[in-house]
Amino acid sequence: MSSSNALDQYIELYEAQREAIDARAPEALNRLRPAALEALRAAGHLPRKGDEGYARTDVDAMFAPDYGINIMRVPSPVDVAASLRCDVPNISTLMGVVAGDEFRPTASLLRNLPAGVTLCTLSQAQREMPRVLDRYLGRLSAAAATDTAAQLNTLLAQDGVLLHVAAGVECEKPLQLVNIFNAGVPSLAPRRVLVVVEAGASARLLVCDHSQRPDVDYLSDAVTEIFLEDGARLDYYNLEESTPRTRRAAALFASLGSHARISINATTLQGGTTRNNCTIDLNAPGAEASVAGMVTGSDAQHTDNYTLVRHHAPRCNSTQLFKYILDDDASGAFEGLIQVDHGAAFTEAFQTNRNLLASDRATMHTQPQLEIYCDEVKCGHGATTGQLDARALFYMRSRGIPEAEARKMLMEAFMADVIDTITLPSLHERLRMLVERRLSGDRRGCGDCSASCPTPAIVK
Amino acid sequence: MQDELLLKVNDLRAAIDGKEILKGINLEIRPGEVHAIMGPNGSGKSTLSGVLAGDPRFTVTGGSATLHGVDLLALSPENRSHEGLFLSFQYPVEIPGVSMVNFMRAAVNAKRAYLHQEPLSASEFLKLMRQKRAIVELDNKLASRSVNEGFSGGEKKRNEIFQMAVLEPRLSILDETDSGLDIDALRIVAGGVNKLKTEHNATIVITHYQRLLDYIRPDFVHILYKGRIVYSGGPELALELEEKGYDWIKQQVDNEQQ
Ligand SMILES: Nc1ncnc2c1ncn2[C@@H]1O[C@H](COP(=O)(O)OP(=O)(O)OP(=O)(O)O)[C@@H](O)[C@H]1O
Ligand SMILES: [Mg+2]
Repeated sequence: MSSSNALDQYIELYEAQREAIDARAPEALNRLRPAALEALRAAGHLPRKGDEGYARTDVDAMFAPDYGINIMRVPSPVDVAASLRCDVPNISTLMGVVAGDEFRPTASLLRNLPAGVTLCTLSQAQREMPRVLDRYLGRLSAAAATDTAAQLNTLLAQDGVLLHVAAGVECEKPLQLVNIFNAGVPSLAPRRVLVVVEAGASARLLVCDHSQRPDVDYLSDAVTEIFLEDGARLDYYNLEESTPRTRRAAALFASLGSHARISINATTLQGGTTRNNCTIDLNAPGAEASVAGMVTGSDAQHTDNYTLVRHHAPRCNSTQLFKYILDDDASGAFEGLIQVDHGAAFTEAFQTNRNLLASDRATMHTQPQLEIYCDEVKCGHGATTGQLDARALFYMRSRGIPEAEARKMLMEAFMADVIDTITLPSLHERLRMLVERRLSGDRRGCGDCSASCPTPAIVK
Repeated sequence: MQDELLLKVNDLRAAIDGKEILKGINLEIRPGEVHAIMGPNGSGKSTLSGVLAGDPRFTVTGGSATLHGVDLLALSPENRSHEGLFLSFQYPVEIPGVSMVNFMRAAVNAKRAYLHQEPLSASEFLKLMRQKRAIVELDNKLASRSVNEGFSGGEKKRNEIFQMAVLEPRLSILDETDSGLDIDALRIVAGGVNKLKTEHNATIVITHYQRLLDYIRPDFVHILYKGRIVYSGGPELALELEEKGYDWIKQQVDNEQQ
């Protein structure tokens, strides 16, 4: 890349390949592209470090290397799904694999979906449920004109995943999407997910991000739009366990109707550079959002979570809990903004960010913000960054617990309340184990999965 | 009583933040003995126990300390514990999120690993916990709670002696384990300590009060003042201090220094 502006190359690419892109994409996506292009041109560049809301993360640099995009939709090797067993013991999830940006549901997945639950490609949805796409796709992302990475996703995405749960249907079985990079060349995947949970329906979705080849550069440019109609409920878990050469710019948008409830847990166990934007709109009375996040960072890993929770209606409730453990030269950022509109009386909104620096080179930037335009609200935020409690550490060692184990136990204890936001017991246990493993660098217990994900230990 | 030394402290000096607190401590303890260390506030009693246990806040600036011949000061805190040292903290630390059960299991199995023993099975471990809890009448409910979190003052101190009972140390240092205890709790704690006493182990009791020494009879009483043991005697010395306070000692020492 000669130009210092990564965005230009993607706009050029789009303009040169417009026909090829559109020809292989559902109409509902193509329709969104002109506005996205306009927004991108207006922005001029991807966010750079220091731009508003991007104090520590250079998105422009994340997009700069020359990544290939699978415009011609060359199918990925078929064995990906077979080789990968990102198994969550004791939960049988209904699992689909997204290789790069290609979702190919297996026959067994489709067979096992309960009545009223659709998990399919956007292309298929275009044919079979066009009205759902017309109504929802792009509605939230388009409104976020300044989220340039999200606009770029809209410009380039050629397919994606639809999860639709029909009104009143309770999908008992958790659904799982495994995003995987396995290409041998540097690749950008514009991943697009649309989740629509109709009135009174409920579902649980676990999304895992993996990279199979540690020696290849990957970039995930993801947009997830979630619509919860009145009384709907969704538990959404996102777990990134990728590689130092994986970058991820992910935007999640959720729009909640009356008494809808969303519970989000976004965990970055490992990765290269990660920027997650999470925007939640509580649009009607009684909606509830719980947003939790957990980061374990080592080496030069950089993880940045940005949240925007907007209370538009009375009697809505939101809690946020983000915790980071950063070791080595790892860096982290958390910025969170709670906005309470004029009409949002009796809002309860809280935000907590707590961080542990396990090395004196690790750094954390945290900036909680409140904007309240309404009386009669209960809001609060707090942020702390510190080291492990030296007194507790000595106390444990004085009882014979080796230092490394004591540190690990304290770190696990530190993360316990974030893990506790996961209500699905088996997944709760699984995540607890993954965190434990991440802290100790122990990969045992990963079953027969052939994706060899190296795990550097936090506690050496 | 046996002849060999369990603890030998020789001219031990230690500092915190560059300020010397221990200014040459000498102390010899044999198996089976109980030593009381008394002294005014701030004289260095907790510093001495912290230095022996390996509290990283303190820097040893001189001298030596050996536990049954092993150079204590060269060992990590965890290995000091494995070698048989136990400190009952003056201020036990609360550890939110770490349950008593996990904490004790980690401690027990770390020691067993040090001794090349297999970890305890779940049922063996629970049995051990049950037995040792009984010694200090520690409520079963506390086992599922985080370490010391929300424990009353008395529960914290009982929890210390419970841990001591589990770890079966050669040398226990009880740093003001009696402070903040009502008379019943004091009786239970002291009773626990006495039950754990054998001819092979020894105890250092740090206290301000004779009342604990009514239960745990010391063989020797030392007075620590300004970072030195300035006076040693038999059990009668504690009674004398109870009666006369520390002023006579302070005066004597301060005069000598002038
Ligand atoms: N962090 C510190 N920095 C500087 N001086 C300290 C620090 N901690 C303790 N000290 C000093 O060390 C000295 C010894 O304290 P220590 O706690 O050992 O006394 P003690 O004999 O146990 O007193 P008490 O009977 O009150 O428990 C005191 O003068 C105290 O002020
Ligand atoms: Mg003290």
